[in-house]
Amino acid sequence: MNDLTLIMPEASLLTLACAVLLVDAFVGRTRPEATFWAAVLSCVIVLAQVASFVPEKTLFAFSGTLRVDVLGVVLKTFVVALVLLSFFYAREHFSKRPAERRGEYYPLALFATLGMMILVSASSLLTVYLGLELLSLSLYSLVAIQRDSLPASEAAMKYFILGALASGLLLYGMSMLYGVAGTLDLPELLVKIGNLESQRVLLTFGLVFLVVGIGFKLGVVPFHMWVPDVYQGASTPVTQFIGTAPKVAAFGMAMRLLVDGLEGLAENWQQMLIILSVLSMGLGNLLAIAQRNFKRMLAYSTIAHMGFLLLGLISASSNGYAASMFYVTLYALMSMGAFGSIILLSSSQGDADQLTDLAGLARRSPWFAFILLILMFSMAGVPPFGGFWAKWSVLKEVVAADYVWLAGAAVLFSLIGAFYYLRVVKIMYFDAPEPGAAQVRSSADMGLVLSANGLAVLVLGLVPNLLMQVCLAAAIPYAP
Amino acid sequence: MLALADFLIVGAILFCLSVAGIFINRKNIIVLLMCVELMLLAVNLNFVAFSHFNQDISGQVFVFFILTVAAAESAIGLAILVVLFRNRSSINVEDISAMRG
Repeated sequence: MNDLTLIMPEASLLTLACAVLLVDAFVGRTRPEATFWAAVLSCVIVLAQVASFVPEKTLFAFSGTLRVDVLGVVLKTFVVALVLLSFFYAREHFSKRPAERRGEYYPLALFATLGMMILVSASSLLTVYLGLELLSLSLYSLVAIQRDSLPASEAAMKYFILGALASGLLLYGMSMLYGVAGTLDLPELLVKIGNLESQRVLLTFGLVFLVVGIGFKLGVVPFHMWVPDVYQGASTPVTQFIGTAPKVAAFGMAMRLLVDGLEGLAENWQQMLIILSVLSMGLGNLLAIAQRNFKRMLAYSTIAHMGFLLLGLISASSNGYAASMFYVTLYALMSMGAFGSIILLSSSQGDADQLTDLAGLARRSPWFAFILLILMFSMAGVPPFGGFWAKWSVLKEVVAADYVWLAGAAVLFSLIGAFYYLRVVKIMYFDAPEPGAAQVRSSADMGLVLSANGLAVLVLGLVPNLLMQVCLAAAIPYAP
Repeated sequence: MLALADFLIVGAILFCLSVAGIFINRKNIIVLLMCVELMLLAVNLNFVAFSHFNQDISGQVFVFFILTVAAAESAIGLAILVVLFRNRSSINVEDISAMRG
């Protein structure tokens, strides 16, 4: 097949993102909604293009630097769908705070999406790096987009410095791998590593740096320093954007680098990921308990969830990869809804990002309290919600890979984690609302989107096979 | 004649200097940005050396991409620095402490 046909979705996203930028420059001032609708239209077009072509076998484009396979198509579909969903939340936020409205939000988010699409379809170290940088550079600017806010600019600076450090480390690891194997091509690397037993030490040296880079992107301990500050400092739609689709993309990056390229070193990276995973689950859940700020609490909860996500990769089997993919998709949906609730509750004066802002929500708005209840129960891993099946499937694979103690630790840590999720439910249902707490006001379509988001988590909990089958199909090529 | 190991040692020293610079520096954010640039250049040296000694051109192509991305990266870094300076009137690393915990 023609190279250009294979990257049609990416090519059209690039064109459309530029078009959205122009729409914003010319029409955005008079009709701010035009940018939003242009961005939504772009996402829908790209989504249709991505989903309409599922290759039967892996196809390579541009001298093997990009690949189109089922895993890539499925991840790209998830990413674009999540971005589309997040635009509706962003619109609500901007309509509540016209002063914070920045038309650049949508084009930047679309460029980040392009970075994610390239990242998950990369087949060479070079394309991994380019996709990652396009994603990261757009995210740094998105965090700083609220330019008169001190926390936002500090968060952007911290994110930028630590992100640049992480890409530097990642590149150093890539240069080592390139030096030893003599190729940038990931499938070729996979073959060559099999014949390079004598160079194992150097390869492992490069691998350590690669794992650091991946760990940073996922935000796992000890590379998590940026997560709480960025989540708290950035404006809520930006936090929501960073906390959803890029997590799916980071999972794709881990798959491309560790599995497509370095599966031969699996026993080395398994050990490293076990350390990262245990530390994240432990530290993330413990520190989340101490938080009073809802966004910061969700940040620590993200760290813990990313530790869980690694469990599936640790099992290094096709079912494990599918379980991780299921986990990250469901996690992205849940955190989308949780941040969506903050956007819903915020007023034109300030963010409702303190836990006390949720007090008595059940009396102020029973329906949205119920939606947040679904999301919190699901994050805690209570059946029958989606999060339970996500946790169950990764734990099952970890046990199948003979890491029973690891599964035990994971269960213990998620029990600790259940405490702070249930505390949110307690605050909503049993605490008295603060005097003067406003009624919950939202536009009809925002209510619709948030309800659909919450109910999707419930439905995926009742029929997990809907999503699980897709993930298993994407992981088939990795079966031995 | 210089051997591959010589280039790698210089690259590693530069890399360690830049990482140390990021962690030890407590004064000025601009120095942090310089350290980030130095780190990318250390990686470039590695790539060029490997590319030369492996007789493979793709490493040098990678270097061009890294240089280009580094330019974009420092543009964004400096832009964020300007935004931060307008809000905080300081570029001292120790002053970045609005959020804790």
